This record gives sequence, C-alpha cells and structure tokens, in this order.
Amino acid sequence: MRVPPKVSEATFADGIREMQSAVGAEWVFTSDPDVDLYRDAYSLLWDEPEERIASAAVAPSTVEEVQAVVRACNARQIPLYPISTGRNLGYGGSAPAYSGSVVLDLKRMNRILDVNEGNASCLVEPGVSYFDMYKHLRATGSKLWLDVPDPGWGSMIGNALDSGGGYTAAPYRGHFEAQCGIEAVLGDGELLRTGMGAMPGSETWQQYRMGIGPCLDGLFRQSSLGVVTKMGFWLFPQPEAYLSCAVDLFRFADIEPLIDLVNELEYGNIFNGMPSVSSPLLTRGNPMMFQAIPPEEEMDRLVRETGLPAWRFSMSFYGPEKVIRAQWEYVQERFAHFAGVQFKENQFVKLPLDDAAMEKVAKARFGIPSLEIFAVGSRTPANPEPSAGHIWFSAIIPRSGKGFVEANRVMRRECARLDIPLFMFSPAVTCWTRSFVLFAAVPITRDKDRNKKLRDSVQEVIRICAQHGWGEYRCPPAFQDAVMDSYSFNDNILRRVNERIKDALDPNGILSAGRYGIWPKHLRKEGKA
Amino acid sequence: MTARFITPAAMALVAMTLSAPAQSAEKAKTAKPSASARIDNGKQVFAKWCSACHGPNPRLAGTLALQTKYDGAIPAVLEQRTDLSPEIVSAFVRNGVAWMAPFRKTEISDAELADLGAYLSSPRKERSK
Repeated sequence: MRVPPKVSEATFADGIREMQSAVGAEWVFTSDPDVDLYRDAYSLLWDEPEERIASAAVAPSTVEEVQAVVRACNARQIPLYPISTGRNLGYGGSAPAYSGSVVLDLKRMNRILDVNEGNASCLVEPGVSYFDMYKHLRATGSKLWLDVPDPGWGSMIGNALDSGGGYTAAPYRGHFEAQCGIEAVLGDGELLRTGMGAMPGSETWQQYRMGIGPCLDGLFRQSSLGVVTKMGFWLFPQPEAYLSCAVDLFRFADIEPLIDLVNELEYGNIFNGMPSVSSPLLTRGNPMMFQAIPPEEEMDRLVRETGLPAWRFSMSFYGPEKVIRAQWEYVQERFAHFAGVQFKENQFVKLPLDDAAMEKVAKARFGIPSLEIFAVGSRTPANPEPSAGHIWFSAIIPRSGKGFVEANRVMRRECARLDIPLFMFSPAVTCWTRSFVLFAAVPITRDKDRNKKLRDSVQEVIRICAQHGWGEYRCPPAFQDAVMDSYSFNDNILRRVNERIKDALDPNGILSAGRYGIWPKHLRKEGKA
Repeated sequence: MTARFITPAAMALVAMTLSAPAQSAEKAKTAKPSASARIDNGKQVFAKWCSACHGPNPRLAGTLALQTKYDGAIPAVLEQRTDLSPEIVSAFVRNGVAWMAPFRKTEISDAELADLGAYLSSPRKERSK
C-alpha cells in the first residue's frame, strides 16, 4: 500500500480502516491497479518522479460519509484531494495536486436533488454529470436547458468549481457565475451552506446568491478550503428560437471599432448568444489554428488577393423569433458604415429541436452534452499518430482590438520560438461576457524528454504573458504554482491572503494541498513541485 | 482485434483487476445473473459510457479512429465487431488509449465491466434481443 508523505504506515492504515468503516470496504481503493486509475491521463509529468500520484482513493455516497472521511483524515493529517467526476482532462484530471494525497472520489454522489421549473434552477451533488442532468430534464419533460461545456461528461459542480464555461446564453455560460448556493464540508468536518442556504427553512437558496455579509462562494472556486457536496445552478428557460449570424469585414483597421461595437452590443443585451471574432483569412488553412496576425499592409494585401474577409464577427440570438430578428436587423444597422461589410444569416431554428434536427446542429449551442469534440484529436488520415492527450493554456487577454492583435502576435511568436506544438489556437473565446480568453491546446506525449522541454516552454510563456498583464484563469497542477506566482501585485498578497485563509479554515492542511498554488503551512517551503 | 494491440503490462493489469477485492465483494453480494441479463446490462453500460464516442455516427472520436486504424477491414463501430473478448474490452476501459482516458471503478465497476465485456463479445444475435 502506498503511504502519503509525512504519515506513518501505521497511522495511514488506521485511517484507511476508519474510512472503510465509514463508506464500506469496497469503496476504499488501495491496490496499485485501482489507485492508478486516478492518474492524470493527460499528465505532462507522466511516469516521472514529479508525477502527481494518489496514495489511495475513497468514494463516499453521502454527505455524512464525506464528513466521516474528512474527520478521519483530519485527525491523522492525511492529505485528501476531492474530485467530482475526475474528467477535468487537460487541467489535471482525477490526480491530486500533491502526490500521496488520498483522492476523495465523489462520483457516487450523483443525485439530482431538485429541479425547480418555476425558478429555472436545480440543486445537484458533485457526481451529477451534464449527461445525467440532460437525460433527467428530457425524461421529466422539463422546459429547461442546461449550459454544457465541451465535452459534456464532466460534473456540473466540478466544472463550475474549476471555472468552466459553455456556449448558450450569457447568464449561463460562465458556470461558476451561474451557480446559486453551495454546501461544503470544511477541513474539520463541519458543514457550511452559503447564501440563503444558511437560513434554516429558506426557500430561496437557489434564488439569491449573496445571503448576508461577505459572499463566501468564491472560497470554493479552484480552492483547497472545502469539499463541495451540493450546488445550485440557474438553468435557461427553453427559448422559442435560435438565430446565428455573421458580419464580415475586409480591412485590418476594422478590428478596433469592431470589438468596441461587439462589446457595446453584448453589454447592451442586443445579442445574448456566444459571440466570436475570428478571421476567415487567417484560419483558411486550418479552422482550429488562428495564424499570427500579419502587419496591416500585408493583411490588407492578402484580403485583396484572396477575397477572404479579414475579420468575421459571429453572434447568436436566443428568444422569440420576432424579437431576435429585430435584434439582428439592429446589429446590421450598426455595422452598415463599415466599408464593404457583408452580412450573413447562418442558421435559424425553431425550438424545441426534434431528434433528427439535433444531429444537424452544434449541440453545445443548444445545451446538448456530447463527446463529439474529441474527434478533433482522433486518429484520422491527416493525424495518423494521435497524441496521448493535451493541456490547455488559457490566458485572460484584453477585450479590445489592440489587445486581441497584440496577444495573438506575442503568443504565436513565442510558441514558434519555443517550438511549442499546438493543435488548436483560438482567436479569443467568449464564454465570459466581459472578457476574452486566448486558448491554446498543447499536445502531450509519453516521451519524458519532450514533456520536460514542453513544461519549460510553457513556464516561459506564463512568464511572458504575465509581463504583458495576461494571466491564466485555469491551468493543470504542473503550472499552478507558476501561474499563482504571476499574480504578484504587492508581493503576491493574493497568495499570502489565500494562505492565511487556508491556515484558519484548514489548520492541519489536509484539503487539496497545493491546488492552484495554495499550500498548507507545513508544506509551504517544500511543496512546490 | 489481435493481441498485438495490448501490451503485456496491460494484460497483467487486466489479471490484477479481475482479482481485485471490489469485484469479489460485488459478486458475493448478488446472486449470479443470467447470461442474457448480463448482456442486457452490458448494453446499458455501453449506452451510458461508450456510445458517445463509439456510436454509429462516423464523426464520433472512437468510431472515426477505428475507421482510420482498420480502414474498413473490420467494423469501426464497436457494437458491430465480432472479434472482441472481455479481456480486450477490460484492458481498453481500464488503460485508455490516445485521448480516451481510463474509466475508474466508481464510473464502471468491475461487475459492470464484466457485463460490458459479455455484451461486446457475445454473438451479435444475442445482443439485439
């Protein structure tokens, strides 16, 4: 049996016995083959001494069992790492941030506790996947949609807690922002409910997020402060229709007024679906690889030579047909002054979709979970040797024309200089309405030397982005220390305050040690891997 | 599929997996289901965990990959295959391949995995009942 660092074999064995007593022996995994199932399949540290490996795994099925496990570990200072469904691939999967932690696998807590049709909300446990909720909504004839990430097999709670995003209307795309009410087991086993859930008998837990006093929900985002056992979400009342449209512009110089206008229209609620700003010219070779933006004169020359638009702003609308058609008409009025502008209506769909129609649409835009996105990395004639997985680089960049161009050029230049292979490079992703996220997907291998070089290169890109003020909002454990270090205002006070909170709420430092660069006191000097 | 697609280490893992305590406990708890019940259950396991990538739609990741790999020599859709064994199914479920990450026992238990193997290795006429 593997044993966590700084814990004696006898103490660990005693803790395992208590966990077995709490959840049943069959749900405590200690053999190497069973525990190896918790390795991060997309790890950039695969088979190296630094790979983050669990010592054991325990899978409770109730809140009371979670409390019992946490208390068993707290009494013995056994490190514990909660996962929901463990499908956070590209950002760490089901492996702990601190090697030797016991993974607390919450997959068996898979109850949909409430779907409130009138309030358009739900309350779920962490093992509930997007597939589970989608099937439930369909089986019950609900008129509610959920917003799903790509792929859709993950946990609603786990995805929200890691700040995942989706593709439907603005209020639902940021999954942590669409949560309303958290229940969490703290490091000493106590149970906390946030917002109106703190008031016994309240019927408004999924209606008003803030409750009274400081809002504590954020303590549990990307955090090491608790085990979230319930979470409420706001759901999207099924709209009457969907319309997707595009605006094509043909001059490099249009990018700044384009993004200013996109912002005004989105913040003014003229469109509510997910927008994108891309370039048919710069994605003409591969739609997943947004090329480096050339100098203005060269780009304008390429536009003339190819006839392709320099920029394409795509947007979508959800709502009553006459409303969204009027909104689209207004968008066209606002863009009419751009020289050579072209408008295109891509798709109009009356809702709900029937089963046949569902196969013809981009499912995530309609809140339908799928795993179709994995096809982009599948073995094909063009990709005969698929990679072992990938990691995501996800930097928040300014939502302006200048920021859009500069981030693209710096990132493309540095990735080329550092020989970082990419299979996807986005122009800017807009799950979150007030920001742009520059996503790059980096394929990983099982070759230790190549992975080591990749790690060094990604660390360099993190530093370079930070010099420009572009910070990652989410990253795999191998980079969480570096990214937290890059948020360095006032001598890294963000991390230091997080550490003070960590010490106060989890003095034994048992929960999610090292997650997002926050280490408990006893590991603070040596913890960084 | 032949043995060349599975490594010795993976086979050892299959052997260890099949003798793990969790499965013994599951077996002890339940009476032995009939072969047809196991196949039916395996079909449900496939629908829940496998079909999203290995369904008949040729654009799905698993089906696309197997079409590329075998170029039509054998069916790309797993449910149309007649050459799968429970051991091979188990090895891929517990080890993964390329972008397909392994499945943990809280997702597909040993008993469910055995039923999935029974389903995918059963004669095709048995599967469609």
